[in-house]
Amino acid sequence: MGAHEHKLAIFRGLIKFKSNTQKIWGVLVFLTIVTAVEVVLGIYKPAVLMTALLSPFDGGFGATTANVFLSPFIFLKPLNLIFILLTLVKAYYITWDFMHMRDETQALRRMVVWTAVFLVAYLIFILLQEGGYIESIYSSGYIKRGF
Amino acid sequence: MSSTLASTGTEGKTWGGGSAPLKASYGKMMMWFFIVSDALTFSGFLAAYGFSRFKYIGSWPIADEVFTHVPFVHGQELPMIYVAFMTFVLIMSSVTMVLAVDAGHHMKKTKVTWYLFLTIIGGLIFVGSQAWEWATFIKGDYGAVQTKGGQILQFVDAETGHRLALKDFATPIESERVQHLAKNGIWFESEGSHTTFNLQEVIAGMETHSNVIVRTQTLNAQGEKTLLSRDASLQQVRNYGRQVVEGANLKVNEYGSPLFADFFFFITGFHGFHVFSGVVINIIIFFNVILGTYERRKNYEMVEKVGLYWHFVDLVWVFVFTFFYLV
Repeated sequence: MGAHEHKLAIFRGLIKFKSNTQKIWGVLVFLTIVTAVEVVLGIYKPAVLMTALLSPFDGGFGATTANVFLSPFIFLKPLNLIFILLTLVKAYYITWDFMHMRDETQALRRMVVWTAVFLVAYLIFILLQEGGYIESIYSSGYIKRGF
Repeated sequence: MSSTLASTGTEGKTWGGGSAPLKASYGKMMMWFFIVSDALTFSGFLAAYGFSRFKYIGSWPIADEVFTHVPFVHGQELPMIYVAFMTFVLIMSSVTMVLAVDAGHHMKKTKVTWYLFLTIIGGLIFVGSQAWEWATFIKGDYGAVQTKGGQILQFVDAETGHRLALKDFATPIESERVQHLAKNGIWFESEGSHTTFNLQEVIAGMETHSNVIVRTQTLNAQGEKTLLSRDASLQQVRNYGRQVVEGANLKVNEYGSPLFADFFFFITGFHGFHVFSGVVINIIIFFNVILGTYERRKNYEMVEKVGLYWHFVDLVWVFVFTFFYLV
């Protein structure tokens, strides 16, 4: 079985391992560090990270567009943004190194990842949008727009 | 009958068949596609959780106050510690799994056996921890009162600011209330088990203990639960109290919105079921390895395919951990 050559570099070639076994332990160390960071942040919740970086823009079309594109910085606490990003980082290394996605062909990679990412992004958008809409109706006395 | 065999002129070329452009076996590719569809199922659950949470964003329970227990450690609030341990166990069992796959590539039967064994142990520790987590959540710790409108009222010591359990202040009243069983009633209906205290006992306790105030589910601007004044507390419980709630189930939840409990049971339950089935499949593969099935087949690809499933279970947990315990 010669088809089991692994790509042994992670972090875009910054760290190169000598063997697949060594890479597995290296990735474990990295994932453990990321989880530890999450847990420490989750326990201490630094006050700096508890308020959003930007406040929503008021005004016309431009402001609305800015609110959409900058939504992670306007409507999310930096702490939660960090948690979500670290989760995606962990997911990447589990898929790429433990599940050996790094060694699969580009076509298989794209078939699996793009399909899931596109559909999940759509699902999250549509459900969170709707949830937020219902909340805004509850909190504004069952009136969404007072014309 | 050569006349029935059409010649397409593509023999030996890309579309002539027999080529594997993805360079993956059928089984492995199908495992990947199963994982994609399973990932979409889990995303559906987590997005639905997000929907309900956004809908009740102003009163959603704070996870750090719910999951504070560690086995064998009593009387201390340690949020996240145990669930971090569970996460580590699952990642570790993922590592032993990928080491088993690696050993399989080198056809080292003994190593595959041992690494698979460790993976199974890790999976069992995780499922056991999950069961313990459920049991603790179902049992509850402080107890609360549910209002007629379905809101949850919790109790706080006004002097220290600490949470109060019902048993800390409720005054027992002698009564003859017996659990109604199906065999006694004309309509063969029964009622659920009684809570340790009933509403009257809680109200009586509040009246005699002047330090007891109510904490509602509404989150203030600092993201903390709102505390009521002593008068408002008494009024809320007397006028709107409907029943005492201890612990959580699919109908009531002493920590806040019942939806929180519903999603917790459903999502961690579905994930736990995946872990359980993963352990069962791992055990089957483990015995196949011992019996030498893959040695005779001259490849350990089955370990790799099952490994993909096992890593996927770990992958899902990473997301459940974030969205249930962290965010």
